[in-house]
Amino acid sequence: MTTTTIPGRAKPATAATPKRRPRRERQGAAWVFLSPWVLGAVVLTLLPMAVSLYLSFTDYDLFNPPRWVGLRNYVQMFTEDPRYWRSVVTTLTYVVIAVPLQLALALVVAIALKSMRRGKAFYRSAFYAPSLLGASMSIALVWRAVFNDGGTVDNLFGTGGWVNQPGWALLAVALLTVWQFGAPMVIFLAGLQQIPGELYEAAAVDGAGRWRQFLSVTVPMLSPVLFFNLVLQTIQAFQVFTPAFALSAGKGGPADSTLVYTLYLYDRGFVASHMGYASAMAWVLLIVIGAVTAVLFRTSRSWVFYASEGDR
Amino acid sequence: MTTTALARKPVRWGRLALHLGCLAALLVMLYPLAWLLATSLKPADEVIASLDLLPRHLEWSNYSTALDGVNDVSIWRLLANSLLIAGGAVLGNVISCSLAAYAFARLRFRFRGPLFAFMIATIMLPHHAVLIPQYIIFNQLGLVNTYWPLILPKFLATEAFFVFLVVQFMRGLPRELEEAARIDGCGPFRSFFLVVLPLTRPALITTAIFTFIWTWNDFFTQLIYLFDPEKFTLTLALRSFVDASSTSAFGPMFAMSVIALLPIVLFFLAFQRFLVEGMASSGLKG
Repeated sequence: MTTTTIPGRAKPATAATPKRRPRRERQGAAWVFLSPWVLGAVVLTLLPMAVSLYLSFTDYDLFNPPRWVGLRNYVQMFTEDPRYWRSVVTTLTYVVIAVPLQLALALVVAIALKSMRRGKAFYRSAFYAPSLLGASMSIALVWRAVFNDGGTVDNLFGTGGWVNQPGWALLAVALLTVWQFGAPMVIFLAGLQQIPGELYEAAAVDGAGRWRQFLSVTVPMLSPVLFFNLVLQTIQAFQVFTPAFALSAGKGGPADSTLVYTLYLYDRGFVASHMGYASAMAWVLLIVIGAVTAVLFRTSRSWVFYASEGDR
Repeated sequence: MTTTALARKPVRWGRLALHLGCLAALLVMLYPLAWLLATSLKPADEVIASLDLLPRHLEWSNYSTALDGVNDVSIWRLLANSLLIAGGAVLGNVISCSLAAYAFARLRFRFRGPLFAFMIATIMLPHHAVLIPQYIIFNQLGLVNTYWPLILPKFLATEAFFVFLVVQFMRGLPRELEEAARIDGCGPFRSFFLVVLPLTRPALITTAIFTFIWTWNDFFTQLIYLFDPEKFTLTLALRSFVDASSTSAFGPMFAMSVIALLPIVLFFLAFQRFLVEGMASSGLKG
């Protein structure tokens, strides 16, 4: 999406757009364009967030009016519900396994494809395909069969079906996510292609070997893209649902080993009809994702390098 | 494309190894898809007994069984339901996201900065934080077990990711055209419809394709809102197989999985350029 603006004309035009029309009229038009979004933001985002916060302090089963219980849901969650903690640990484990593996694979393949002259477009599309197909129930069912007793993985490694073993089932779920490394890979590849070749040439002149070039040129130049991928994939990983649901037939088994956070939330809210409890879970998830994102942004200051700051 | 001094050297063996490595990785990656196709054509006794990938004889009846559908609902009905939801979502997202994006990218209004920041923040908002109240709202309105909860939010630009995508694209368009249109007497509405919208087509196509595929694949929302088998989508119907996972239904189940994947595969083959580039450009700016 690079557009070549006419040099010398573009800058002043944006800086001082002639405002001949009265300000108010243009504001009115803006709000007309914005109205669907505003309606959605208020009715389907802000209001639900407030309601969900309120419900988290109540007992609510969808049929009887909500009953205020104060911090009861939160206390129960943190101190009396081992399954809740199980789901927290499961989700964290999943995030820690799936996200780094997926990003590492995406980066390695992107680097391999970068220097390729023939077949790049083909590989790029082929590696990207699982990112689209993998989110489907169809592929989740394939995964379940391949990792089941007597499935391919059992035959290859003789470990028995992973789906039935508490120690392995979550890894099967994580591998389905790792398999979908195409989306971050495409973003990495686009980022790699933006690195000016002169930087590598200059580094080579200075006597830098390939590894040195990777560390001193590629990594810093790619760090904004790496950061973007890391934030996006981490947020998404916290919300994983379909593969865990499909692999365990909706139960989070065996022995709650695939009971990820959202699966337990679904179970509490929509199976057991504890909407208040599920709302409390949702708010904790919101806070945790916000906190994790904030921490990532904070640490990014020390390792993300922006070549052209103040682009806009 | 920039070629570095290093890449220009004839390192044939390295290049060959690279290709071999990539092909090997692809073989492993595409195995599940090959497995899916093969199993959809296997007779019941071969599914367990045989370890071969290729079926010894092709059991086309799996597909005719799949066409009969699940729970007495024909597959055509399920397909139509899926298409209706995905089509509605595409229409909603393209219209509402381009309207909001134009305001953010080109028009001036009070609180533009904070509202834009809020819009970006909702990209990171976990769906679950709003899910339960949304469900309650739709339940109060008597709209649970209809398609409204799945389609209506898209007409209200709730998928901020696409608003952002279109904003980024519109910012790249030259302003001169709109200024020319303004001099010719076009107000914001006419210059949006006549000048900006046609130029934004690539971003709108990307939005449409991604919306279609994500809605088609979506499971969670459909699971929550739909429970009448008549209203099921292909994805939900597949789920019915999960509970009753007797191996005799294996062949038909995977035949149906293939059918459910077909639209995505077709979309992918037709629009892979838009898809891959749309994904790439979403990460670069901002």
